[in-house]
Amino acid sequence: MDLNFLDFEQPIAELEAKIDELKFLGSDAEINIGEEIMRLKAKSKTLTTSIFSNLTPWQITQVARHPQRPYTLDYIGQIFTDFQELHGDRMYGDDMAIVGGVARLDDKPVMIIGHQKGRDTKERVRRNYGMPKPEGYRKALRLMQLAERFRLPLITLIDTPGAYPGVGSEERGQSEAIARNLFEMSRLEIPIISTVIGEGGSGGALAIGVCDRLLMLQYAVYSVISPEGCASILWRSADKKELAAEAMGLTAERLDQFGLVDEIVREPLGGAHREPTLVTETFKEALVRNLADLQALPVERLLEARMLRLKNFGVYSGN
Amino acid sequence: MSWFEKIMPSRITTEKRSRSVPEGLWMKCPACDAVLYRAELERNIHVCPKCGHHMRIGARERLARFLDPGATEEIGAGVEPEDPLKFRDTKRYRERLLQAQKVTGEKDALVVLAGTLKGLEIVAAAFEFKFMGGSMGSVVGERFVRAVEHAIQHRKPLVCFTASGGARMQEALLSLMQMAKTSAALARLSAARLPFLSVMTDPTTGGVSASLAMLGDVNIAEPQALIGFAGPRVIQQTVRETLPEGFQRSEFLLEHGVLDMIIDRRDQRDRLGALLRLLMSRPAATAD
Repeated sequence: MDLNFLDFEQPIAELEAKIDELKFLGSDAEINIGEEIMRLKAKSKTLTTSIFSNLTPWQITQVARHPQRPYTLDYIGQIFTDFQELHGDRMYGDDMAIVGGVARLDDKPVMIIGHQKGRDTKERVRRNYGMPKPEGYRKALRLMQLAERFRLPLITLIDTPGAYPGVGSEERGQSEAIARNLFEMSRLEIPIISTVIGEGGSGGALAIGVCDRLLMLQYAVYSVISPEGCASILWRSADKKELAAEAMGLTAERLDQFGLVDEIVREPLGGAHREPTLVTETFKEALVRNLADLQALPVERLLEARMLRLKNFGVYSGN
Repeated sequence: MSWFEKIMPSRITTEKRSRSVPEGLWMKCPACDAVLYRAELERNIHVCPKCGHHMRIGARERLARFLDPGATEEIGAGVEPEDPLKFRDTKRYRERLLQAQKVTGEKDALVVLAGTLKGLEIVAAAFEFKFMGGSMGSVVGERFVRAVEHAIQHRKPLVCFTASGGARMQEALLSLMQMAKTSAALARLSAARLPFLSVMTDPTTGGVSASLAMLGDVNIAEPQALIGFAGPRVIQQTVRETLPEGFQRSEFLLEHGVLDMIIDRRDQRDRLGALLRLLMSRPAATAD
């Protein structure tokens, strides 16, 4: 099985393998197989379209976690220029699961902060699978306040399974670190745009996600708990993750229906990893446009709107 | 019956003593096994008189025992839960709500009262753990925000007793957003220079601990309460090693600098009253 393909993409994988085989044959065969390749390629595309137009929430979760999916540093490299990474929380350490620094977006200086996952085993361990500890959130807060001091707008990229549940995390106050960020971000006197680029895992995601505009990539997910976690609590079996994903409605489309997302950034057919340059273009355009909107507002108006936005979260009846 | 009585039945027959004790009059302390008279336990605000173990206590009873006797005004009582996602696991969310409402007599998991503490006007909120594990959904978030707004409008301090497993899964992302909503409200309270005392009781975990509970100007806990971001079971599964003794208990958190103090439930009226008067530059309360 090709690791680049998820289980539900197997029919596509088989076709692609056939195409590769034909290409390999092509060099010494007499018959013209170019036509056959073209035909198979077209078929592969139709197949992908049909599979991707009917993805279940669990399948979208799998795409959001795809090992080839672009991560924060990939987007920073593609969309921003002049990135200067800043390290450490000045209290305990430097958490590699969160990266941040100053950069330019279309020549305008901004602060950018995001979760960072690793590509290979070594890197994954170094990045702790994108699961920050308190020092990560405190580094993020330090950079946010630095941005506020120099009036740089803040752009955050969300991509984490969740905040790291470990002994050290608890000892150093994981809850407090997350809570403090929610508190401070609500009154940060700069525009904030957050984008869920992959996995938006609960409080660990929200801790850098209080914002004026929330964007989501088409195949990103955002939820209060992972489908596996939800299933093991409510169904008492992690195997019911598909049902849990369905019930929680964690996809960009469903969340948009509830008015929780401001804009969905469309991805190329088959997901962002299939054609990274395509998604970066669309994404950059969305960031630039939203930032221009927000920067047109005076700070007081911006903060009022953010407060109102936060206050309106929730669905209840009565008064 | 012993083997001897089997072959030589006793000529003296005694009637089996029927239990004349009504159900629920006595109970056992889960910590020290002492048998306790319920009325006495209630007088002691559900703290074991023998070993000092703090048992869980309902939201309304807690507030009644914390505030001065007399008139209180309930805030946000009219706000009631909805089921926007039509959520269903092994049971429908609607059914779970109805069941919780029947068991607790509450509409949702947070009760907010405006009243007085040692004569000082305050707003006090308490989580009802028996209502779906004190989980925070839209109603809890909204009631909490209204508590804050009432406090700001009337220049009163806020005290909140948490007992919660975290965010309510049945409202999915809406629940997560309550963390941001309540934290933002506390930022406004803070800007208004009004104190917020957070009293964490057993248990305070997940999304509630990672938002409003940890944002006290003074963070307080009851003795031996379980407080943490992740539950011990999740951490155990992640790190695959035995957790340190007393891990995630109040005393552990105090030692690690997360809490300001641990206060026995029976001393909370006095000490929180004194604390609020200090923070608000009011004269000390006269003894009552």
